[in-house]
Amino acid sequence: MTVPMTTTTTPANLLEVRDLGVRFATAQGTVQAVEDVSIAMRAGECLAIVGESGSGKSQLLLACLGLLAANGTARGSVRFGGVELLGADERTLNAVRGTGIALLPQDPLSSLTPHLRIETLLTEGLLDRGLATRAQARQRALRALGEVGIDDPEARLRQYSHELSGGMRQRVALATALMCEPRLLFADEPTTALDVSVQARVLELLAGVRDRGLGVLIITHDLGVVAGLADRVAVMYAGRIVETATTAELFRAPCHPYTAALLAAVPRLDDGAQSRLPGIAGDPPQPTMRFPGCAFAPRCEFALDECSAQRPELRTVGVSGSAAAGTVACYRPLHAAAAGEAAP
Amino acid sequence: MTALLRVESASVRYVLRGRGLFAPVRHLQALQDVSIEIPEDGRLGVVGESGSGKSTLARLVLGLVRADAGRVYWQGRAIAYDEPEAMRGLRRELQVVFQDPFGSLDPRMTAGEAVGEALQALAGPVPSVAAQDRIVAALAEVGLGAAFANRYPHQLSGGQCQRVAIARATVTRPRLLVCDEAVSALDVSVQAQIVNLLHELSERHSMSLLFISHNLAVVRHLCDHVAVLQRGRLVEQGNRDAIFATPQSQYTRDLLAAVPRLPAKRQGT
Repeated sequence: MTVPMTTTTTPANLLEVRDLGVRFATAQGTVQAVEDVSIAMRAGECLAIVGESGSGKSQLLLACLGLLAANGTARGSVRFGGVELLGADERTLNAVRGTGIALLPQDPLSSLTPHLRIETLLTEGLLDRGLATRAQARQRALRALGEVGIDDPEARLRQYSHELSGGMRQRVALATALMCEPRLLFADEPTTALDVSVQARVLELLAGVRDRGLGVLIITHDLGVVAGLADRVAVMYAGRIVETATTAELFRAPCHPYTAALLAAVPRLDDGAQSRLPGIAGDPPQPTMRFPGCAFAPRCEFALDECSAQRPELRTVGVSGSAAAGTVACYRPLHAAAAGEAAP
Repeated sequence: MTALLRVESASVRYVLRGRGLFAPVRHLQALQDVSIEIPEDGRLGVVGESGSGKSTLARLVLGLVRADAGRVYWQGRAIAYDEPEAMRGLRRELQVVFQDPFGSLDPRMTAGEAVGEALQALAGPVPSVAAQDRIVAALAEVGLGAAFANRYPHQLSGGQCQRVAIARATVTRPRLLVCDEAVSALDVSVQAQIVNLLHELSERHSMSLLFISHNLAVVRHLCDHVAVLQRGRLVEQGNRDAIFATPQSQYTRDLLAAVPRLPAKRQGT
C-alpha cells in the first residue's frame, strides 16, 4: 500500500515525529499550538499523550494526518513506515489515511454520518479504495462488528447511528476504523463522552487492538485511562512535551512538577482524604500566550527565576538506552537522583 | 429534625412524540418512585450513568419539570412550583450551577453584570453602592479579584467562567446549591479547584449541596451522602463511607469496579 521510498528511519519505528511544530494564523495573531514535539512508536505499542485543554494534543494528531484547519501549518517531520507525511500530496496522504493510520474520534455521534446505514459506514472505505467486493466487504463488516462485541451484527448493518446507544456508536466507530486493517490507530479522547461502564469496555477493546500488533496512539486527559492501557506516556503542556516515561515510572516517580501535580489533582476512590483536593493554582495558559521560559513556571510551586527566563530542554532521566529511560524538561526535576543521569 | 429538602416518591415521565400524525404517543419514565433527603448542612451526591434520571431529579427539584406523582418538600412544606410569589422567595434559597461554564453565562454581560443581575432579580432592588459591594464580595468569595468584574465570558477561562456561575448562584446566600455536572467539563487541575471551592462555600455558609455527577471519585471527595440511580430508580442511598466501602447493590458495585484505577499512591516526594 505504501509508496516506495528510500528511508533513513529506524525500521522498527512505525511512526516517527520529529520537531513537529503547528501554528495557526488567527485574527488575534499567530497561535503556536504545538512546538518541538518528537515521538516514536513501534508496532504493538500503546503511547498515551496526556494533556489538558489547549495543550496541543489533538492538533498533533491532525497534523500527522494532514488534517489541520486551513489556517494551520505544520513544520518538522512526520514519518509513517518510512514515508514522510508532512507536505505530502493528497494521493500519498490518502494512501495512509484509513489503511495505514486510522482515526477514532472523540464524539461517535458526530463522526458517524447520520444518513448512512451502518453497513455503508463500515464498508465505504474498502469499496472506495477497491479493496474488496461488496460481498467481501459485507462479510468483513459482520466480522468487525463481532470483534467489537456487538450482538446481532446482521440487524445492526441495517440501522442508522442515531438508533444506537453512545457506547455502541463508539464501538461501531472503532469497527469502522479497523475495517481497512490499519497498522496504527489514533484514538482522540475515545472514552471521554462515555459512561464508566461503557468506557471500561472500550478500553478493553483498545487493549485487544494493541495486542493484535497495531500501534495505538491515544490522546487523553484522563490518567486512569493511561494507567490501564498505555506502555509509555508523553505529558504535554502548552504545546510542548514536558515529560516522557514508561507508564509504570510515570506513576511511580513523576519527574516534572506538572506531572506530579496533575497526578495529585485526580480525585481517587482509594485514598482516605475527604475534603481538599490538591489542585494546581491558576489555569492552563491560553494558546496565544508565549513563554520565554517554562510555560508551567507561573503555576509551579518549585519555580526558580531561571525557569521563567529560559526554557529547559528535554533531557534523559534514568539509565539512558534502558527500557525505563524517560525524558523531562525541568531545571529542578523531582526525584533529582534519577534525573542526574545525562544523555550520552 | 426536618430535612432541608425532601423528595418523596417522585415520578417523572416525558412524552415522546412519535413520527407521523397518528403515531402512538410513547412515554419515557425518567424517574420512578424516587425519594431522597438532604439534611441542613448536608452534601448529597447523586450518581448514575446517562439516562439514569439524575439530571431529571435536579430539574424536578428546581421546578423545571413537574412530577407526575410525588412531592418535593422544602423544610417540611410542599413546594408550590405553580405559585410565582412563593417561588420568588424560594429561588433566593435554592440555586443552581450547570455543566457548561460558557453556555450558562450571557456573552454580552460582564462577570460583574451577571452577578448583579442575579442579585437584583432575587433580592429585589438593592442600592447601587451596596450592590457593588455585594458583587465584589461574591466574586472575591469564589477567588476572582475585583478586576474580573469587568471581563466578559470570552475573556475568561473555563474554570473562571464556572467561578462566575458559582458567584452568581451564591450571591444571595442560598441554603441549597444544585450542581448539575458542574465540574464535568473542566480540566483535572481546574476541577480540583472548583471541588475545593464548593466544599469551602458549603462549609462556610452552611450551604447544602445536591451534587449531580457521573464521576464517583469527585462525589466521594465532596459529598457526605450518596444516592445511586439506575434507569430512573433509586438503587441505593446512604452515607458516603458506607456506599463506597460496602455497596449493597450489584449495580453500585459494577459502577465502582468500572472506574479506571490509578496505581497505588506513591510515597513521599
